[in-house]
Amino acid sequence: MSDLSNNKPETGAFFQRDRAWHAPALTPGYKTSVLRSPQKALLSLDGTMSEITGPVFGHSLLGELDNDLIHNFAKPGESAIGERIIVHGRVLDERGHPVSGALLEFWQANAGGRYRHKKESYLAALDPNFGGCGRTITGEDGTYRFRTIRPGAYPWPNGVNDWRPAHIHFSIFGHGFAQRLITQMYFEGDPMIWKCPIVTTIPDRSAIEQLIAPLDWANTIPMDARAYKFDIVLRGRRSTLFENRMEGN
Amino acid sequence: MVQDLGYLKESPSQTAGPYVHIGCTPNFAGITGVYEADLGATMVNDRALGERITVRGRVIDGAGVPLKDALVEIWQADAAGFYNSPSELRGTADPNFTGWGRCPTGADDGIFTFETIKPGRAPYKDGRKMAPHITVWIVARGINIGLHTRMYFADEAEANAEDPLLARIEHRQRVATLVAPREGSVYTFDIHLQGEKETVFLDI
Ligand SMILES: [Fe+2]
Repeated sequence: MSDLSNNKPETGAFFQRDRAWHAPALTPGYKTSVLRSPQKALLSLDGTMSEITGPVFGHSLLGELDNDLIHNFAKPGESAIGERIIVHGRVLDERGHPVSGALLEFWQANAGGRYRHKKESYLAALDPNFGGCGRTITGEDGTYRFRTIRPGAYPWPNGVNDWRPAHIHFSIFGHGFAQRLITQMYFEGDPMIWKCPIVTTIPDRSAIEQLIAPLDWANTIPMDARAYKFDIVLRGRRSTLFENRMEGN
Repeated sequence: MVQDLGYLKESPSQTAGPYVHIGCTPNFAGITGVYEADLGATMVNDRALGERITVRGRVIDGAGVPLKDALVEIWQADAAGFYNSPSELRGTADPNFTGWGRCPTGADDGIFTFETIKPGRAPYKDGRKMAPHITVWIVARGINIGLHTRMYFADEAEANAEDPLLARIEHRQRVATLVAPREGSVYTFDIHLQGEKETVFLDI
């Protein structure tokens, strides 16, 4: 569970989060945020042991099909319906260092835009061979990959006619709990990205572009699956070299 | 011109949405057979050291209604104040205690529950001891970026009085939003997203 460059676990506090790069809590265009957004200022504090440390998960956690959404819910010999894709990339921190041993969990709608969830009311059909969840852990170089089908777009109750562009949800653990992140990946070339009230909670256009995975032609597998490349950046850590810490901290 | 620092930007957060359970607690969502158990459902085993406690609460919106689609994660030290993490260099944490738990709020009552142990005290960076506390992280539909807060223990008044984070809260009446009352072995920690009782959330 350590950096390639340095096998000693790091204990520095994390860079201050750039809150202007993220969506603010209150984004009235995304109606549910109105009653769920804190209104008072956050209490800002340099990270302590509670944030510098965090849970890590071993590769032994993973089942053989955990990173294969085409097959991990399918009946033996069958597979999920949809356009076969590979999603791969690296988990880095803000310093550009690879984050090894990072647990990624992902979930998504099926090819028709339908989630397997009791609260889901969209009339598109369920795929009996598609569950919609998967997970993997990055290697020493921060890389990860999984196989799935390209999810469909779907309508949602917000405005009268709001649709989510095709997307995959990601939950990411770094090495410290302060790095904990949930985000979404979008697909290059989708005109619906810019119409989505959830996407546009993010104020900066280049920040949104950071969530759009390009088609990766070089890694496309001929006669099998196209590849999309999605790099994820977690908060970086300060070096502790010149920090004053009491003995034993 | 000067040299480029070369730092990357953190990937922007996006809401966990209403279907976060599919990815994070699929068994809870009825998607069985993919993972053996939902991650974070169990934090302790029979050999874990320390006092067994239950932490229970709700996440309440600005209209006073508990969220029934939120996901709550906690992270804490073991009974001796050590974290089960490679970045813990002061000592070795109890191998029978993970320190990390995950629980969706109930679809009917909005209640989350963790069976855990009472944490010990860990040092603040200047060497002072922090009061025992549990780090809490909340995501849900309508929450654009995960909310960090902390739960402290009402029966630790003395430690709470000297805790460096609690000391930083300017409006002293808000300290109470982070202190969970105890009844038997159960601590109740209701998290208020907005309003007069809004919980102190952290930029940490
Ligand atoms: Fe979604």
